[in-house]
Amino acid sequence: MNTTYLSTLHGTELPTSALHFIDTVVASFHRIPGSAIVIRYIRSSYQNDPIRSLVELFLFIFAVRYLLAPTYSTKKNKHVHLTEEEIEELVEDWTPEPIATQETDFERVENERRPVVVGPSGPKVKLQNGRTVTNLASYNHYNFANHPELAQKAINTVRTYGVGPCSPPGFYGTQDVHMKSEADIASHVGLPAAIIYAQSFSTISSVIPAFCKRGDVIVADKAVNFPIRKGMQISRSTVRWYEHNDMKDLERVLQRVVKEGRGKPLTRRFIVTEGLFENVGDMVDLPALIELKLKYKFRLLLDETWSYGILGRSGKGVTEHQNVDPVNIDMIIGGLAGALSSGGGFCAGTEEIVEHQRLSAAAYTFSAALPALLATTASETVTLLQEQPGIIQGLRENIRTMWPQLDPRSEWVRCTSAPDNPVMLLVLKEQVVEERKLSILDQENLLQDCVDEALLNGVLITRLKAMPIALGASPRELSKEWQPPPALKVCVTSGLSKKETEKAGITIRHAITTVMKSRKWQRVA
Amino acid sequence: MQKPLTLFSPPSPAEHAAFGPLGSRQHLYSSRFVGTEFPEPIEDEPPYYFLITTYISYLILIIFGHVRDFFGKRFMQDSYKHLRERDGYAPLNSDFDNFYIRRLQLRINDCFRRPVTGVPGRFITLLDRESDDFNLSFKLKGTTTETLNMSSYNYLGFAQSEGECADAAEQSIRKYGISFCSPRADCGTSDLHLQVENQVANFVGKEAATIHSMGFVTNATIFPALVGKGCLIISDQLNHSSIRFGARLSGAVIDMFKHNDMSELERLLRERISQGQPRTHRPWRKILVAVEGLYSMEGTLANLPGLVALRKKYKFALYVDEAHSIGAIGPRGRGICDYFGIPPSEVDILMGTFTKSFGANGGYVAGSQALIDKIRVTNAGNIFGETPTPAVLTQISVSLKIINGDLVPGQGEERLQRLAFNSRYLRLGLKRLGFIVYGHDDSPIIPLLLYHPAKIPAFSHEMLKRKIAVVVVGYPATPLISSRARFCVSAAHTKDDLDRLLAACDQAGDVLQLKFSSGVAGGQEAMHDGLMNEKQNEMRARLESGSEVVVTPPRWRLEDVIRCGVADVKQPLY
Repeated sequence: MNTTYLSTLHGTELPTSALHFIDTVVASFHRIPGSAIVIRYIRSSYQNDPIRSLVELFLFIFAVRYLLAPTYSTKKNKHVHLTEEEIEELVEDWTPEPIATQETDFERVENERRPVVVGPSGPKVKLQNGRTVTNLASYNHYNFANHPELAQKAINTVRTYGVGPCSPPGFYGTQDVHMKSEADIASHVGLPAAIIYAQSFSTISSVIPAFCKRGDVIVADKAVNFPIRKGMQISRSTVRWYEHNDMKDLERVLQRVVKEGRGKPLTRRFIVTEGLFENVGDMVDLPALIELKLKYKFRLLLDETWSYGILGRSGKGVTEHQNVDPVNIDMIIGGLAGALSSGGGFCAGTEEIVEHQRLSAAAYTFSAALPALLATTASETVTLLQEQPGIIQGLRENIRTMWPQLDPRSEWVRCTSAPDNPVMLLVLKEQVVEERKLSILDQENLLQDCVDEALLNGVLITRLKAMPIALGASPRELSKEWQPPPALKVCVTSGLSKKETEKAGITIRHAITTVMKSRKWQRVA
Repeated sequence: MQKPLTLFSPPSPAEHAAFGPLGSRQHLYSSRFVGTEFPEPIEDEPPYYFLITTYISYLILIIFGHVRDFFGKRFMQDSYKHLRERDGYAPLNSDFDNFYIRRLQLRINDCFRRPVTGVPGRFITLLDRESDDFNLSFKLKGTTTETLNMSSYNYLGFAQSEGECADAAEQSIRKYGISFCSPRADCGTSDLHLQVENQVANFVGKEAATIHSMGFVTNATIFPALVGKGCLIISDQLNHSSIRFGARLSGAVIDMFKHNDMSELERLLRERISQGQPRTHRPWRKILVAVEGLYSMEGTLANLPGLVALRKKYKFALYVDEAHSIGAIGPRGRGICDYFGIPPSEVDILMGTFTKSFGANGGYVAGSQALIDKIRVTNAGNIFGETPTPAVLTQISVSLKIINGDLVPGQGEERLQRLAFNSRYLRLGLKRLGFIVYGHDDSPIIPLLLYHPAKIPAFSHEMLKRKIAVVVVGYPATPLISSRARFCVSAAHTKDDLDRLLAACDQAGDVLQLKFSSGVAGGQEAMHDGLMNEKQNEMRARLESGSEVVVTPPRWRLEDVIRCGVADVKQPLY
């Protein structure tokens, strides 16, 4: 039957030997189980079209080849296969760097020269070497730290609450005194609500990542302080910088962000800046900033750590100083540890903003609450500032006394701080730096000498401390980052009389002059 | 079910409210590691029925939430305003992230952030509050309730407004004022700081120490000062948020290993050391393994013997966060090294906080002199962070002196031993009543497993009804299914307080069906004297070899638990 089929198919052109061969092949093929199915399939797929069969055959071969091909990953695998022995060897071979690297000379000096106060901190402090000096290095601007009434109230608090709250705020660590301080601060700042953190330094580093997430945009001033930078780093948001206090540049950056965001889903956008800059000392131009913020629809986070309690008639900060309604600012972050002589920091805003932080700001949720005695002190000092505006006036007068002693009169330094800022930052004049070819490290060393010289003459001041450089950061990365200029820091306090302030100012000026004229730094190019 | 609620009126006022008197010399124990090999705590599991219903509960909660959102967003647009774009501003919180808070947490918000007043000692005074808008906001009622405090980290009972610490704190404010108003680097270093730093270094057994005014910041700033690019941080999966915060800031590569799993840590170390840095394959500059001494949600201790052995072989630097274990663990209260009898030199960096055992505030880092000298100038917390205030420093200093026995000899020892006794007593009692508790036997943190989300508020309310303040935690602080209540035992508690708590738990456990324990983790019926230990070992051996274990679920009567507790607590294992 098969033969008839084949002979009808191919005719008689083929030689008999070939026919015979085909016959045997076909016969053996038929013996394979399932061959009938294959034949039926080929026959039905053939449908008088040989091309069709060819295509199918090609696909079949391709599939077989594909399945038999060795597997490989599309990802580039960098994993190196090692035997147990090799791993053992590598483990033995590996020598880590010591966990603490050697301190540099400059660091050693800093460690050795760090002043140690014996007894209370105040406008006059006793140092470890037994000398009593005028203290212009601490943020004790109103001398609240030694206010007898405040101290008595703090003692009363200790006698009712103990020292530590022993709990995070979420678990029985929220004491009535915290709620009171929050309310007091909120009403002082002029916003609906406030939340208190246990440390001023950590506040903004936690506030920023509570709101800014990956994909959000933060536009920040180039000169913002260290905790703001760290907060932005943790948030993983896209950070855009604008030139320090340059509203034109800010507008340019805002326009660009808005333009880039067009056609994409709307993300949160923030402007982050400081009221009084920790690293430069100057003041933000709030009215202009708010105009831009409203125009381009950004939210504003204002760090008032250095301006809260300082600026304005009753110490409300930049908003009061520049007559801006605080409602225009989304979040105001402030510190209670400086001029207010308490501890901790706060963030004020709407109820919604504050409540959100109670669950999602790491330094609030995962840290113990502020000691009760500091919370009550904060409440007290905030009240004092509001009730006795004379306190702030006293400080301003001392600033006005100190200022002329240093800025126009010294031929070596100039003050970059705003006129109302009690933290006066003195940088070396550009021409001095240029003439003497002073590197950043030289300047730091020179200013440290000034600090030492002033201390010899009985006035304790300090330097603006540079931001710690990340370990393992390459010089290339460092040059990209803004670094605060080396500066002397003179913190004026109302705890000193006008005369004492003036005298201290003269001492500082003379100390700078002495150092500049000393042989060590007399290397004119 | 006509049992009376175990209500009590605390022996007010002040006298014993912060620190209870010791009932008997029998109620003391010295916590130290006994045995040779560190046992992994056995984690008991509830019957499948409870696991499945827990998942179903969450499912129902989530479905309900979405249904409410679906209709709410359409018919009550005002209450969803904050989740939508407003006038060109993107919403502050994303709808998705907010769902959990809005639809799950809000329901039980009254169990969290309960405002308190006064000393968080043996008792804690809650300000009563109520909500008339389903927990969106609370109003204070103006009344207070004094409750037994099982929530504060007041391990050694130093949260006091009377006594040596408070007296010294008062003197300190009189002498030093309220604050130093300056970071350490400027002029915030005083003789008090140096003194406390020395005391801390001596206490933990290191050459030097630095202190900070906040525990969170101590961790958040130390990592960038220790490691950076080209370094590797290997961190326990359950490490505290502050360690993660600091690790992320450092710029080092971060790896995690399963909680307390030494074999996984070793595998990871071999893999990472042999492969080197990703992409470049250069050798790592430093490897830092970060663990906690005592885990605050699990009650487990770090496997220090295991870690020290690995450290010897793999040469990494070991960082132990003793936030909860310092003062609370070890025969002399010196933390986990003391507990295991391992010299502190085997750990490179010992970090801890003063918030817990010392009743103060802030944290420390202790290490070699060179290390501390270096980080004094490179650690941002030292450069910019405010210094601890005089009252806080004095509290630390005096409490350390008391623990060491330099001041009021005997008192420190008593505090340590009371804490150790109380921890074991409560844990054993809960196990015997039939609850599933996590953690190691000597841990003062005792998590009691609740599982169902609805039992979180229910347990908290049942306890509050009986005037006991407890912490309840659920997702996301714990894995989804293992919601728990957490008891923090204190030296300030008396045995009677703990019996009261056991009675309350016994009743609540019956009402809420919380007695799931199968007995594998202990708490079984006592055998006659001397045999208990062997039985436990035998069971452990069987568990490890995977064979069937015959255990009877413990369901002791309260009276028996209390009757046998004091003696049994001192057995090596139970």
